[in-house]
Amino acid sequence: MDDVARPPDDAARLERFEARVAREDKVEPNDWMPDAYRRTLIRQISQHAHSEVVGMLPEGNWLTRAPTLKRKAILLAKVQDEAGHGLYLYAATETLGVSREELVEQLLTGAAKYSSIFNYPTLTWADVGAIGWLVDGAAIMNQIPLCRCSYGPYARAMIRICKEESFHQRQGFEIMLTLSRGTQEQKAMAQDALDRWWWPSLMMFGPHDSDSPHTDNSTRWKIKRVSNDELRQRFIDATVPQSKYLGLTIPDPKLKFDKKTGHWRIGEIDWAEFRRVIAGDGPCNRERLADRQTAHDDGAWVRDAALAYAEKRRKQAA
Amino acid sequence: MTEAMMPLWEVFIRAKAGLAHRHVGSVHAADAEMALQAARDVYTRRGEGVSLWVVPSASITASDPAEEAELFEPATAKPYRHPTFYTVPKEVGDM
Amino acid sequence: MAGVPFDDVLGLADDALILGHRLSEWCGHAPLLEEELSLANIGLDLIGQARALYDYAGAIEGKGRDQDALAYLRDAPQFHNLLLVEQPNGDFAMTIARQFLYSTYAAPFWRATAGSKDTTLAGIAATAQHEVAYHLRHSGEWLVRLGDGTEESHRRAQDAIDYLWPYTGEMLEGDNASLRREWDETVAGVLDEATLKRPKDGWMQTGGRLGRHSEHLGHILAALQFLQRAYPGASW
Repeated sequence: MDDVARPPDDAARLERFEARVAREDKVEPNDWMPDAYRRTLIRQISQHAHSEVVGMLPEGNWLTRAPTLKRKAILLAKVQDEAGHGLYLYAATETLGVSREELVEQLLTGAAKYSSIFNYPTLTWADVGAIGWLVDGAAIMNQIPLCRCSYGPYARAMIRICKEESFHQRQGFEIMLTLSRGTQEQKAMAQDALDRWWWPSLMMFGPHDSDSPHTDNSTRWKIKRVSNDELRQRFIDATVPQSKYLGLTIPDPKLKFDKKTGHWRIGEIDWAEFRRVIAGDGPCNRERLADRQTAHDDGAWVRDAALAYAEKRRKQAA
Repeated sequence: MTEAMMPLWEVFIRAKAGLAHRHVGSVHAADAEMALQAARDVYTRRGEGVSLWVVPSASITASDPAEEAELFEPATAKPYRHPTFYTVPKEVGDM
Repeated sequence: MAGVPFDDVLGLADDALILGHRLSEWCGHAPLLEEELSLANIGLDLIGQARALYDYAGAIEGKGRDQDALAYLRDAPQFHNLLLVEQPNGDFAMTIARQFLYSTYAAPFWRATAGSKDTTLAGIAATAQHEVAYHLRHSGEWLVRLGDGTEESHRRAQDAIDYLWPYTGEMLEGDNASLRREWDETVAGVLDEATLKRPKDGWMQTGGRLGRHSEHLGHILAALQFLQRAYPGASW
């Protein structure tokens, strides 16, 4: 993009824009911005929004079976928060000149992606704990730097999300703790969940930096503030000690503490699985999208009714 | 795309008496009552406020950032509007 | 302990739990994103009421049963909820109609109970009355929009009201007959604004308060209680 000749006007504007961003000035909705900046943000923020909404489904799967009233209430509040996060993020995306309806259509047609992690099934109650502990843990790693993103509405949405997210990870860890201190069956349930969710959680951080296609502009324009690998390493270093506290074993025979660097080293991630799931061949991809499509289709008459009523009242008032 | 568009509303919350309303985000709703309820359900779950405003986004007139120079710079060139521009002798006391 | 009978408090708790549980089934499937949050809010209010009421019921009974023992370890014949709240979600019109018809009874019920001599129940009512006032507002406004929206929404709303009508007698039986006048007025007002027809009063379903339920409760409990039943004695 930088090689394309452009009118001197735009080149000057780009220079001013990049200087502002370098100064940590926020970019706000009606400010001039490069097309690529706008496009990258629309893609990134909306995919984040889609992830939150699709993410309601794996945990929602256990709402009716939550094993105590306290857990039931907590899980319902958590899933509700996820709907809220999706809403804040769609709202932020809309400030860039695209409607929520267009964004939802992109999700349903497969034109837009969502986080690969939500294409895995929740098979036991322990999965609910593992999701809170690992998936929300990974999400928090990713989200904290985004609070300093250059685009104002996105940064503000992320600050709100981070405040709400802090209980999500805690409740997941607490579930894992209760299970790991429980019966033999519960301990086995917790270990089994860790075995299935560990590697997909690591994949949430995306490909290795060297294999990542979108990075250069994103870094210069302060959309992406920390690299995939660095975030992934922070997550691993935080989580391994937590697993030891739980008395659970991370399913990686190559996991080793590197005394020189002070970091935990892991075995190789199965990138073939990652690519396969991203491309649509994960355990639950088709189901997740089908569920969202059904909700959308089934809701059409409701939305139409609301709009029709409003139109009738407007005509009456006129 | 055939889906009819649900209007967008901007949401403002007054956190407590004495403070002004602050913009917190937006919601989609077909009419004002449902916008108010949506704003309540989305933005006040953690006791964030005592008063809500919802305004159709289309009703907001915003200054154009491109006109920043003519709209806002002249004000910064009139320091005599600020108390710190003036020197009042200490003997006179607080003013 | 003198005061409100165990069975009565249990019935109120069961109403709140089963209705809250039904609403939680909507998660991820609501007709618009804002409504995901609204339905979840109502569900959370009801589950909160249920927890407080089960705690109180357990205390009245005095046999050491806590809220989870009461919610997870009784079979359907021991539940005392209204038949109305265990009816399936159906489409959005059915869910809204069910919420509206229930809240139109529950709002004045909790308002009256806020003045009860039973201080625990009065305390629960003090919060519940505001929560249910909002549920009534939300479901009532939706019912109006569905009734007076499109032809399709009108048909679905009328079908829902017609289907649930036989379940509306039970909540106004006995002592609650004093709530009937307000219930009738509120319902008539909203149905009128919604351009919906008030069904003729005929035979009314009953039995929930006595543990004689519809076929639906068994399936609800099979899901709700599964983990506690499959792993007896475990802590969660």
